[in-house]
Amino acid sequence: MTATPHLNTEHPKHNLTGFIIFLCSESVIFLAFFSGFALLKTAALNWLPPGVEGLEWRTPLLNTVVLISSSGTIWLAERCMSKGNLMGFRAFWLLTMALGAYFLYGQAVEWSGLQFGFTSGVFGGTFYLLTGFHGLHVATGVFLMGLMLVKSFIPQNYAGGEQGVQATSLFWHFVDVIWIILFVLLYVWQRS
Amino acid sequence: MTSATFPPSPPENTSWSRYFGFNTDAKVIGIQYIVTAFFFFLIGGLLAMIIRGELITPPADLVDRTVYNGIYTMHGTIMLFLFIFPVLNGLNNLLIPTMIGAPDMAFPRLNAVAFWLVPIFGALLIGSFFVPGGPAYSGWWSYPPVSTQNPLGHFINGQGLWITAVALSGVSSIMGAINFVTTILRMRSPGMGFFMMPVYCWTALAAQSLQLIGLPALTGGAVMLLMDLSFGTSFYQPEGGGDPVLYQHFFWFYSHPAVYVIILPVFGIFSELFPVYSRKPLFGYVYVCLASFIIVALGLVVWVHHMFPSGVAQWMRNFFMFSTMLIAVPTGVKVFAWLGTIWRGKLRLTTPMLFCLGGLFNFVFAGITGIMLATVPVDIHVSNTYFVVGHFHYVIYGAAVMGIFAAIYHWFPKFIGRMPYEGLGKLHFLLTFIGANLNFLPMHPLGLMGMPRRVSSYDPEFAFWNVLASLGAFLLGVSIIPFLLNMVSAWVRGPKAPHNPWNAIGLEWLLPSPPPEDNFGEHVPTVISRPYGYGTGAPLVEHQAEIEKQLTLQEASA
Repeated sequence: MTATPHLNTEHPKHNLTGFIIFLCSESVIFLAFFSGFALLKTAALNWLPPGVEGLEWRTPLLNTVVLISSSGTIWLAERCMSKGNLMGFRAFWLLTMALGAYFLYGQAVEWSGLQFGFTSGVFGGTFYLLTGFHGLHVATGVFLMGLMLVKSFIPQNYAGGEQGVQATSLFWHFVDVIWIILFVLLYVWQRS
Repeated sequence: MTSATFPPSPPENTSWSRYFGFNTDAKVIGIQYIVTAFFFFLIGGLLAMIIRGELITPPADLVDRTVYNGIYTMHGTIMLFLFIFPVLNGLNNLLIPTMIGAPDMAFPRLNAVAFWLVPIFGALLIGSFFVPGGPAYSGWWSYPPVSTQNPLGHFINGQGLWITAVALSGVSSIMGAINFVTTILRMRSPGMGFFMMPVYCWTALAAQSLQLIGLPALTGGAVMLLMDLSFGTSFYQPEGGGDPVLYQHFFWFYSHPAVYVIILPVFGIFSELFPVYSRKPLFGYVYVCLASFIIVALGLVVWVHHMFPSGVAQWMRNFFMFSTMLIAVPTGVKVFAWLGTIWRGKLRLTTPMLFCLGGLFNFVFAGITGIMLATVPVDIHVSNTYFVVGHFHYVIYGAAVMGIFAAIYHWFPKFIGRMPYEGLGKLHFLLTFIGANLNFLPMHPLGLMGMPRRVSSYDPEFAFWNVLASLGAFLLGVSIIPFLLNMVSAWVRGPKAPHNPWNAIGLEWLLPSPPPEDNFGEHVPTVISRPYGYGTGAPLVEHQAEIEKQLTLQEASA
C-alpha cells in the first residue's frame, strides 16, 4: 500500500447517498422476480402442482403483522437515538431484532410444513425463490442491526452522524415493503 | 485562494508496484482497469481471429463445430464483460474525479473491490475452457433451453461458470455504478452546477444509472437460470410450467440498455474531443446533456425489439418498434450537435480527432442499419443473420472502441505524463478504420442474402463477402500492434507531456501531468463558466491565469 493515509479514509457523509442508490438498484431484482412470478402465474394452465390445495395464510399473516410492527419499533429506536436516549435506542433496537428473528422462525416453520419443494414446477420454484430471497434480506437486516448494536457500545461512536443506523433502518423498511407486496402476490392472490 | 498554494506539485511516488496491489487511488484503479481490459481484449481478439479464420472458407475445417460454438460465445462474453465495461470503468475512474475537481471517488475501497472482482471473474470465465465439456456454448445471450443443458452432468460446467462470472461482473458493475453516481452527485467542485458539468460526466451519470436499473434484472434472471441448470427447478422449462421467453425478457431488459451503457460515455468522449480539435464551443451543450437522459428513459423501453421473432404479442411488436425508432431523435440531436461543432471550425487532425471522426462516421452508418432493424418486417427477415452481427459490430467496434481509442490518445499525456507518438497513432487509426469497415461492411450483404450467424460452415455462394470480412478482421488484428507499441514505448520513454498539450479547456487540464494523488486537494478552483469556451476567451475557473502561469513555471523548472 503506497497511498498516503488520508486518502484511504472513506467519505462517511456520502454513505447514506450510496446506500439509497443501492436500495433503488436492489428493488429492481425484486421487481424482476415479481414480474416473472406474475407472468408465469397468469400464463399457467395448472398453477398448483397435483395434491396441493393452495397456501395456508394464517401463519404468514401473523408473520406479516410481526414484520410490520418491527418497522414501528425501529422507528421508535431511531427517535430515541435522535433524542440522545441511548438505552431506549438499544431496547427498541433489540425488540426489532427479536421481531425479525421471530419472522425468520415463522418462515422456517411454514417451510417445514409444506408438501411441495423447490423443484415442484414453477409454483414451488417461485414460492421458495421469493420467500427465500426475501428471508435472506431479513437475515441480513437482523445481522446489520446486531452490528449496529455492538457499535453503539463503542464510546462516542454515535456522537456525529448515525448513518449506519439510518441505513439499517431504511433497509428494514425496504424489506418490510417488499414483504407486503410479496404477501399480496403469494397469499392474497391465490386464484389464478 | 492564493496562487501560492496552487498548483499542487506532481506526484512523488510513481513506482510500478502500486499497479499490482490493492490501491484505493482512483487514478491507479483507472489504469489497472484499462490495462486488465486490454489483456482480455487480446484474448477476445484472438478468438475473433479464430472465428474469421474458420469462416474464410465455406467448410468447417479449422476447428471442431462444438469448439466453434464455445469460441463465439466466449468472444462475445469476454469482449463485453471483460473488455468494454472494464475499460469504460477505467476511463470513469480517471476522468470523473479530475473533471469535477474531486480528490478521489466517494467510496475508494468499494472502488478497489469492484476492480479486483474483474480478474476474479475473468479467471472463472477463462478457466471454463479447461473444465470437462469446455466453455459455455449457447451464445452470449445464453438462452434456455440450450443454456440449461448439462449433458456431461458435472456440477462445475462451462455454462455454470459463465452464469457465475456474469453475476459477479454484475456485482462489480453495481459497486462501480454506486460509486460513480455518488461521486458525480455529491463531490463536484464549487460553482459546478449540473449545467456547468462536462458532457462526459453527464453521459457517465446516464450510463451508470442504466447499470443500476438494468443489471439487477439480469442478475435475477441469471440466478433463475443457474437454479434451472444446477438444481432442477423449472422457471424456464415448459414441462414444469416455466417459460423460456421469460429469460429473454430478463436478459434484454438489461442487455439492450447495456449498449447505451457502452455508447453513452463514447458520446461523452465525442462531445469532449470535437470542441478541442475544432476550437469551437460544443454546439447545443444543454441539449446534448438532456439527450443523454432521454436516451436513458427510452432505452429502458425498447428491449423487446430483440424478441420480435420470439412469439411476442403484436401490440408489443408495434410499441417496441415505435419506441426504438424514437431513440433516433435524441441520438440525432447529438450527431447534429457534433456536426455543428465541427462546422467551420479550425480542425486539427490529431490521432484522437481522427478516431473521433472515424467513430462518428461508423456510428451514423450503424444508426441507419439500426433504424432498419427496428422495423418489424425487416427485423424478422434478417433476424439471426450476419446483418445483425454487422450492425452490432459497427456500433461496438466502429463507434465505441474507436471512441475509446480516441479517449486513450487524448488523455494519455494527462494521466501518464508522457506524449504518445503521432505517427504510430495515425497508422493505428488508418488500420482500424479500414479494417473495421472491411470486416463489418460485408456482413450486411451476407445477412441480407440469408447467411445465419453462429455457424462454422456455409454455402459457397457466401464465400466472396466472407473472404473480405476475414481480411478486414486480420487487418484489425494487425492494427493492435502499432497501438501496443505506441502505448508501451510512450509510457517508458515518450517525451514529457506539459499540463495541457492539446490546449483543452477543463478542470483536468489545470492539473500537472500526471496529476497528484489527491488531484486539487484542498484547493479546488471555483468554476465560473460553462465548459468548452473555445474561442470565447472566457476563463473556466477563478484565477485561471495564475494557475496556468504556475503550472508552466513548474514544468519549466522540472
